Amino acid sequence: MEHKKKVRLKKIIQHTLLIAFTAVMLYPIVWMAGSSFKESSQVFINPHHIIPSEWNFENYIVGWEGFGGITFSTFFMNSIFIATVATVGSVLFSAVVAYGFTRINFKGKRFWFVVMMLTMMLPFEMVMIPQYIMFNWFGWIDTYLPLILPSFFGVPFFIFLIMQFIRTIPKELDQAAMIDGCNSISIFFRIILPLVVPAMMTAAIFSFYWRWDDFMSPLIYLQTPQKYPVSLALNLFADPDSVTNWGALFAMTTLSLLPIIVVFFIFQRYIVEGISTSGLKS
Amino acid sequence: MSQSHMDDQARLQENTGLPPNRNLKGRFGFGKNKRPRKDLQNGVGYIFLSPFVIGTILLTMFPILYSLYLSFTNYSMGGTPEWIGFGNYVHMFNNDAMFWQSMEVTFFYAGTAVPLRLIFALFVAIILNKVIEMVGVYRTLLYLPSVVGGSVGVAIMWRQLFGNEGAVNGVLSMLGLPTHSWLGDPNTAIWTLVILYGWQFGSSMLIFLAGLRNIPTSFYEASAVDGARPIQQFFKITLPMLTPVILFNVIMQTIQGFMAFTPAYVVTAGDPINSTLLYILYMYRQAFEYFNMGYAAALAWVMLVIIAILTAIIFKSSQYWVHYEDK
Repeated sequence: MEHKKKVRLKKIIQHTLLIAFTAVMLYPIVWMAGSSFKESSQVFINPHHIIPSEWNFENYIVGWEGFGGITFSTFFMNSIFIATVATVGSVLFSAVVAYGFTRINFKGKRFWFVVMMLTMMLPFEMVMIPQYIMFNWFGWIDTYLPLILPSFFGVPFFIFLIMQFIRTIPKELDQAAMIDGCNSISIFFRIILPLVVPAMMTAAIFSFYWRWDDFMSPLIYLQTPQKYPVSLALNLFADPDSVTNWGALFAMTTLSLLPIIVVFFIFQRYIVEGISTSGLKS
Repeated sequence: MSQSHMDDQARLQENTGLPPNRNLKGRFGFGKNKRPRKDLQNGVGYIFLSPFVIGTILLTMFPILYSLYLSFTNYSMGGTPEWIGFGNYVHMFNNDAMFWQSMEVTFFYAGTAVPLRLIFALFVAIILNKVIEMVGVYRTLLYLPSVVGGSVGVAIMWRQLFGNEGAVNGVLSMLGLPTHSWLGDPNTAIWTLVILYGWQFGSSMLIFLAGLRNIPTSFYEASAVDGARPIQQFFKITLPMLTPVILFNVIMQTIQGFMAFTPAYVVTAGDPINSTLLYILYMYRQAFEYFNMGYAAALAWVMLVIIAILTAIIFKSSQYWVHYEDK
């Protein structure tokens, strides 16, 4: 009896501390969402309050109008376009490459696998300048091609993730299909591809929010505001020297995070599993 | 039948390291091959690999070599590259105070932010590992900051949070404590970025948590029978078993720490008096604001060498502290 009580007390303390900790960690996000409903003049009065004294939706309407005659509809459409096309490309082609690495034996496989592991560790920033010069030769500055095309060559992290998954599929399946007259290409499309959908989902979610968050590439490649994705537009919108409507800034900042948060809550199972497995097995 | 037999053969060789079965050689026409033969399908293999091979050559290998060449030129956007030997590097090390400033800032940033994130992640993971109820909820919510963390939106949020009239000062004045110009003071501005990095501990936490779940409970049970206390269990079982995961995290996070850009660009713009001038921000300015492409390429190469050396050191050191179960 005494022992049981002790365990319960321990549990209560544990959860109280955890809830307090989680609340502190989430405070900034909740604070910003709350502030987006405050009237602009109220933003700096009791700034730490998360619940506005009066709920005000005007910020969203005003903020959505954007700047320079371009509304946030344009910026959101641009972001959705870039993120979607890049995601489809990266996931599909990563699966193709992953199949090549796991199921087919060929000369130089080991070499390319090492190359892939090295590229996985090579940050984009290190090749950003020569890539920029190269895309400039092609006349691709101020187009979406430099933002989208690289994903169509497969993304090492996703290739690795899907490889781990393909390895769990019994080889007997391939062999049975081969006896039935399938070649490698039809085995990939008919057998492997449908089975690796969960891994591709994980990759797709990561890709979506990396593309959505991407700031550096649009910053260097895009010049026309009409083509800006949300990340770049928001940065311009939030220029500390010219912002006057703070409420609207909070509103648009909140909206820019909304797609990622929604996608995260819908698909969090895939993300959690993806991170756990890829991080462990390498 | 023969297919699966060959596979078994290959698997056996891989597992045992035994020489290949010589009988198969002549039969499949790979007589000249000294290495264990496998069913090579070079054509098909490269068809599947082609996106990656083309992409790597075009977007990684060529650019990296081209940038090495550029780093020995005075190329600026629009001009023609002119060979100046080690000119960029000599200037960088001898005359460029900004270069040294950004180096100092970046090493300080990576040296504080990366350990902060990892220790935080490990600590929270260990606590969550002990909790049974609602662990999924905590895990999801605590992971959220690292989902949104890299975005411009969060950087803007951070600027407002630590601004003079921001929430942090709001809380301080509510508690009757003195407020501070966090972003205006060169001594504190960098810390706001360090905290922003540490705040995004979620993905490391998930990896640690998965690593903790992989430790067999029998280890703890056996040691408990032997009278080990929880502290001893932590240092003798948990930590050693977790070292491979820690190694992976340390390497990935260190590289990421050195590459930080968006926070410095958006939250502080490198100010005040360059106290938050992270290296990549400086490189970005040289390349895309001053158009010194050759010089920026040299900056990139210096950083590449630094992270390569650091990674090598971490890997090399791992034999002294990483514990592999099968050894």
